[in-house]
Amino acid sequence: MSGQFFWYGQPGFVVAAALSKILVFVVLFALGLASLLTWLERRQSAMMQDRLGPNRANLGRWRAWGILHFVADALKMMFKEDFIPPKANRFLFALAPILALAPPLIVLAIIPFGAPLCWGQMQETVPLGTCVRPVDLQIARLDVGVLFYFAFASLSIYGATLAGWASYNKWALMGGMRAASQMISYEVTMGMTVLAMFISYGTLEPGAMVAQQGPAPWQWGIVRGVPHFIAFFLFLTAAMVETKRTPFDVPEGESEIVGYFVEYSGLRFGMFYLGEFLEVVGSSALMVTIFLGGWQIWGASLLPNWAHVLVSMLVWGAKVFLFCVLQLLVRWTLPRFRADQLMRLGWQRLLPVSIANVVLAACWQMWIH
Amino acid sequence: MATVVKIVNRPAGWKRRSYLWGTMQGLGVTFGHLMRNWPRNLLGRRAQSDIVTLAYPEEKRPYPPRNRGLHRLMKRADGQVRCVACMMCPTACPAHCISIVPEESEDPRIEKRPRVFQIDELRCVVCGLCVEACPCDAIRMDTGIHAPPSTRRADAILDKEELLSRGELSVAVQAGEGLFWRERK
Ligand code: SF4
Ligand code: SF4
Repeated sequence: MSGQFFWYGQPGFVVAAALSKILVFVVLFALGLASLLTWLERRQSAMMQDRLGPNRANLGRWRAWGILHFVADALKMMFKEDFIPPKANRFLFALAPILALAPPLIVLAIIPFGAPLCWGQMQETVPLGTCVRPVDLQIARLDVGVLFYFAFASLSIYGATLAGWASYNKWALMGGMRAASQMISYEVTMGMTVLAMFISYGTLEPGAMVAQQGPAPWQWGIVRGVPHFIAFFLFLTAAMVETKRTPFDVPEGESEIVGYFVEYSGLRFGMFYLGEFLEVVGSSALMVTIFLGGWQIWGASLLPNWAHVLVSMLVWGAKVFLFCVLQLLVRWTLPRFRADQLMRLGWQRLLPVSIANVVLAACWQMWIH
Repeated sequence: MATVVKIVNRPAGWKRRSYLWGTMQGLGVTFGHLMRNWPRNLLGRRAQSDIVTLAYPEEKRPYPPRNRGLHRLMKRADGQVRCVACMMCPTACPAHCISIVPEESEDPRIEKRPRVFQIDELRCVVCGLCVEACPCDAIRMDTGIHAPPSTRRADAILDKEELLSRGELSVAVQAGEGLFWRERK
């Protein structure tokens, strides 16, 4: 009897599958890519500016263009003094970095990162949707999927705002307030653009969205129609505002207020830093899922199931990686917006356009599709 | 202080005001640099890319030929020190870091030579005036070497032997008419 505990569909199997998915996707892929991005950002910006960038960190002879810089950074942050300003609110001060790091990790739960694995038929070629005992490569299959993403992504506002509030520092407070206003404003636009896509897909469940898009580029969400194409760019802009990075790094504003984490040092600062890059990974993953066909790849469904799963995961990872590179490219190209310009862009430009886009998407769905 | 308000009008026309085209152009420029530099750097062909950074300890930019390096004292044809202890260089030196004690030379053709010739490299401002002042090409700064680091101040004071160890024969003929001008008279 005890052996059946780990059979397909039994509690033990479900828990083991969920844990291994979390290990592969969150720990290995997302955290790995986010740490890699901390190095890639400096290296890529160097290449864009005709410099060399950090290329020294090594393990004896093994240098690999300095990829190990993120290890060196982590070590440095661990051994730095963990300074807390005397007048800071110690509880909120400690809570803020956790609130900044946890939501970007939690939202990854709804992202499908590979073709469904077919338990017991892994050697055979299984057409999509005909599998008897599928294991979705998605940590949580929620019908409210994208809404879950927004709900938790908006929690990271608390991280930034509380950090500014608890530091007992005027600049930090200004940064925290700016972070709150900026992220709340742009979440409206983000929701509106997803609404346009929702009208087309008829579902908010990311796995089902990916299944509705085909493997070929002309079957992807971005080319479903004109409103969807517009929605992609609106979403890209809003998602980049949500990550609080240049050109939208008004809450941070290195050259004016240094930002909500000005009082943070050591590992606590590292959590903000990593959280920022996790947001980049998370928003890239969501965009790939909604607009760029997720893990779909042409011809891979003819392979045996295990190879299909492997190839689809690699393709998915490559798409997310390219999106991250695009975000870094934008970050190192454009100068920062002023706070009022940012608000004008959000409320007076993007929001009306995205609302009009929803109407357009509805008309498109009724008459053209 | 009078406040000056500078009004910067936003550009006219939605095309320029939306900054979409400008953004695209900017991304094109940076992406172009990225594509020129990154693949070549990965393949180890940095020379063909636009990157101007030198990986310093491994790669060094060569000094220009007129760079002023560590001092040296030149030698005569027979290996004796070329300096005649005329005290021109300590006089010219703005840092007062050259100290010379002259003595009589054993060679009857030569009047004076330095018994002690010391340069304090810690005080030297590397101006090159000593080289300019020397009438007989006895002191030079063409070695291309930096003053070596030392843990004691005394080690930074170079003596005659040390300065002569880098010395060579000068192509200039001493006293204008050659080494044996007395005999030829
Ligand atoms: S280089 Fe200038 S400071 Fe140095 S010894 Fe010569 S004259 Fe003096
Ligand atoms: S100027 Fe030349 S010859 Fe005169 S003391 Fe200095 S090094 Fe010797």
